[in-house]
Parts: sequence; structure tokens; C-alpha cells
Amino acid sequence: MSTGAVNLQQLQLGFDGVVAADITLTIDPGEVVVFLGPSGCGKSTILRALAGLLTPMGGTATVDGAPVAGNAAQCAMVFQEDALLPWRTALKNVQFPLKLRGVRGRELKKKATDRLEQVGLGAYLDHLPSQLSGGMRQRVQLARTLACEPHVMLMDEPFGALDAQTRLEMQQLLMSVWETQKMTLLFVTHDVDEALLLADRIVLLTHRPATVAEVITIEKPRTPDAQFEESYQRRRRAILDFLGHRPAA
Amino acid sequence: MTQIMNRPLAAPPPTLSPPRGTGTSLRRRMTGMLPVAVTRRAPALVLPLIPIVAFLVLWHLLTANDVVAWLRFNRMPSPDAVLSTLLARVGSGTYYDDLLASLQRILLGFGLAAVIGIGVGVLVGRSEVARMTLRPFIELIRPIPAIALVPLTILLFPSSEQGIVFITFFAAFFPVVVSTIHALGSMPKVWEEAAQTMGAGRMSLLFHVVLPGALPGIFAGLSVAMGVAWICVVSAEMISGQFGIGYYTWQAYGLLDYAGVVVGMISIGALGLGTAWLVERVGRRVNRWLPRASR
Repeated sequence: MSTGAVNLQQLQLGFDGVVAADITLTIDPGEVVVFLGPSGCGKSTILRALAGLLTPMGGTATVDGAPVAGNAAQCAMVFQEDALLPWRTALKNVQFPLKLRGVRGRELKKKATDRLEQVGLGAYLDHLPSQLSGGMRQRVQLARTLACEPHVMLMDEPFGALDAQTRLEMQQLLMSVWETQKMTLLFVTHDVDEALLLADRIVLLTHRPATVAEVITIEKPRTPDAQFEESYQRRRRAILDFLGHRPAA
Repeated sequence: MTQIMNRPLAAPPPTLSPPRGTGTSLRRRMTGMLPVAVTRRAPALVLPLIPIVAFLVLWHLLTANDVVAWLRFNRMPSPDAVLSTLLARVGSGTYYDDLLASLQRILLGFGLAAVIGIGVGVLVGRSEVARMTLRPFIELIRPIPAIALVPLTILLFPSSEQGIVFITFFAAFFPVVVSTIHALGSMPKVWEEAAQTMGAGRMSLLFHVVLPGALPGIFAGLSVAMGVAWICVVSAEMISGQFGIGYYTWQAYGLLDYAGVVVGMISIGALGLGTAWLVERVGRRVNRWLPRASR
């Protein structure tokens, strides 16, 4: 896929005139970029700006050359919390963005079912979010976001509230989904291992106002068992040092 | 492992066996005589009857013996007098005319209040300009009891019928507006944001996210509104009505037909119960997704 180029030029974000982030970054189509930074540094505000939920104070943000504005439908977002509509079943939740795109009738049902089967929830179409586990709800959210067929997928700590085992499963699912679709993926996390596991590039952010401190390129991204190699451990240590988590001596 | 798990089942420790009291043995003897389905439902059927029967017995004793002890029961109608009046009323056509007249007024007033109340509530809850414009005005007229509008409505409306509907509307309007505003304000922001990033426009947001999400709160307001509407329709009928169950009740008082007054009261209670049940029922159906409702 050749769409999904993101360009941030001195993008200034903030609330009430206080700058929370000032970012300059160029992201290639189909790249997986993970934003990593101290908690509360304004990582999420970058995604919110790209999703059109926050108006920038200055600078420009473009996707495929077009400025991000209002309902940026080419950038869909997976949220950390329960962003599913609780009165809709899993199927109806996935149908929502399809309906907005004018899909109707039998095709609507089929497309939504396909998406849910893609995330392994084919047997839970008629379940309400309250009847699903946290991991399953995030799977529905992923299916719903995929149904938007976004050029850029924004993920704001999507697996932060899940237990370690479920998180691992979700990361693997996300990777397999990305392999088939190759959309641009912007991922915010505070989990260093998650970042190293998923990213083509890791963007380290400074404390507020968030600026790009360092961009780490992973030579062999998403290699299985990479975490047992020495270079991984060295990099992990360096990032943890940067974030201020010095290992207890 | 399995051995440890099985041991307590095979030989329960003596402390687990039920204590042998007289109450237990009596209960056990009674349950032995009745089918299980009956014994399980019996408390739900019998317990509510206790206060009702006790009330009727007390009422009967007080009126039958013309008790006068500060409270005067000598002119109170007895339960059987009320019952025979009720039966006579149920057999006559005018009773249903009264019921229908009241029902029509309440449904009209309540329906208008629901539609306009939700509309104004959404407007105020969603638009900053509307909030600044309308909120002070709403708060200004909200404290006025609807029944205080009776003199003006008599001047204002060509017939008392419309006046009564207006008073009912006025009373039911505010609970709906206020609960709608609160429901919109307390909704998780992330629902709307998620829909926005998926490309939902203003109308989609309103009808597929905001309104369904606010319905539980709105229905809380609707059931309050229904209660207030009854109070006002009956009071307004007593003052200025023709037909209607409130009018009938007041008329019966004027004719010294005290049993008729009680029949009117009971009818008002029954209608109120019915309409409240209806709102509750619809609300539960609409808000089925609430975790509480699924239990």
C-alpha cells in the first residue's frame, strides 16, 4: 500500500495556550512507528491531533499531502478504554463505520462478520461488549477500526489495560493484521518491550512539552525471539535509562 | 489434588449440617406437603399481601365501630361501601369516560413534554450558545409549581381541556429537560470521539451515539415526569375540569359521596401505577444493554 504517508512539521499541540507537544517527524507509508515517552508527556495528544480530535496550535500535520482536519476518516483510532458503543453487539459495533461509508444490506453483515472473524471473534457476533472480556473488547475495537480501512491506524495504548498473556496475544494479532494490510501504524505505549516488538522505528519523546528526543530504527523489525539477542537487551537498557527507569542496583 | 478436593464432599464436617431448631423442622414439614414450585414462589405472593390485608382489616374495624379518638372515623366510608360503589361505577359508562378523559390528557401532556423536553435538553446539552441562552430561562421558570399556572391558563386557553394538558406538559417538561442535559453531560467522551474518528457526522453522532447513550438517564427523567404529570392532571381537573378522574373525585366530595371519593383515589392510584409501569417497561426494553438489566 502506498498511501498513509504522515508528515508532521513543527506541529504544536496544547490546551489553553500551553504547549504540550512540538513534533517534527516524517513517516513513510506502511511504517510502524511507536511513540515512547515518560507518562503524561503528551504522547496521546499527537494521535488525537491526527485523529482530528484536537486542533493544532501551530505547524502542519498532513496525511498523503492533505491536511488533517475535522473528521479525518483516513485516520482511525483504537482507544485504550472501552470505546465500543455498549448498546450495540460486537457485530453492530463493527457495522457502524461500514454504515457510515454507505455499505448496506447483506454486504454490510458479511463485511462486518469477516472483520470479526479476522480478529478471531466469529463466534461472538451477537455478544454485547459487557458480555465480552477486556481482550475481546479490544479485538472488537480492532475489527471496527479495520472496517474503516484506514490509511493510518492510530493506537493509543490499546493493550495497556490487558494482562500480560492477553497483551502478547493481541500484539501477535496486530502484527498478523498489519502483515496482510500494511497500513501505516502509529502506536503509543509506555511499555518498552511492546515498542521493541512492534516498531520499525521508535520515537522517544522528552518530558512536557514533548519533542522528539531520538528516533531509533530497528534493523530487523518484528523478528521472533529478538528479545533473546544481545542487541535487543542493550537497546532496551538504553531506552529504560532514557525514560529514567534505572534498574535497581 | 483430587483426593483433597473430594474429601469434604465424601464426608462433610459436622459443622456444615443445618442446626436443628423448631423453626427449621416446621418449615421442613410444611414444604413436604406442597409442590416445590409453590413453596418457592410463596414468599413473593404472601409477603406483599400481609400489609394490604392488615390495612383493610384495620380500616374495616375503625369504620365499622365508628371510632373517634382524635382522628374521626365515624364519617369515613367502610371498605365494603367503597367496594360496592366501585362495582357500581365499573358497571357504569361514565366511569370509563372519566378514566379516558384523564388518560388522554396525561398522555398528551406527557408526550409533548417528552418530545419537546428531550429536544430542548439535547439542544442545551450539545450547543454552547443554546446553553447560555436557554439555561437561565429554564432555571427561572422551573421552580414555579405547575398548579400555580391554573389562573393564567384559564385566562389564556379557550377551553379548560387545553389548559389542563398545558399544565401537565409544564410539570412533566422540566424533569425531562434536566435529566436529558445531565445524561448528555455525564456520557463518556470516548464514545463520541471514537465515532468521530470513524467519520461520523453531526447527525450520525446525535442519533447513533449521543441519544442511545443518554437514554438510560432520559428514562429516569421520564418516570419522574410521569409521576409529576399525574399529580398535576388530577389537581388541575379538581380545579377546572369537566370529566376526568380528578373532577369525579372532587365532585363526589361535593355530593358528600365519600365512598366515591375513595373510589376516585383508588382509580387515580391504579392509573398512575399502570402508566409508571409502562414507562418502566419501555425503558427496560430500550436500555437492555445496561449491565444491570442483563442480570
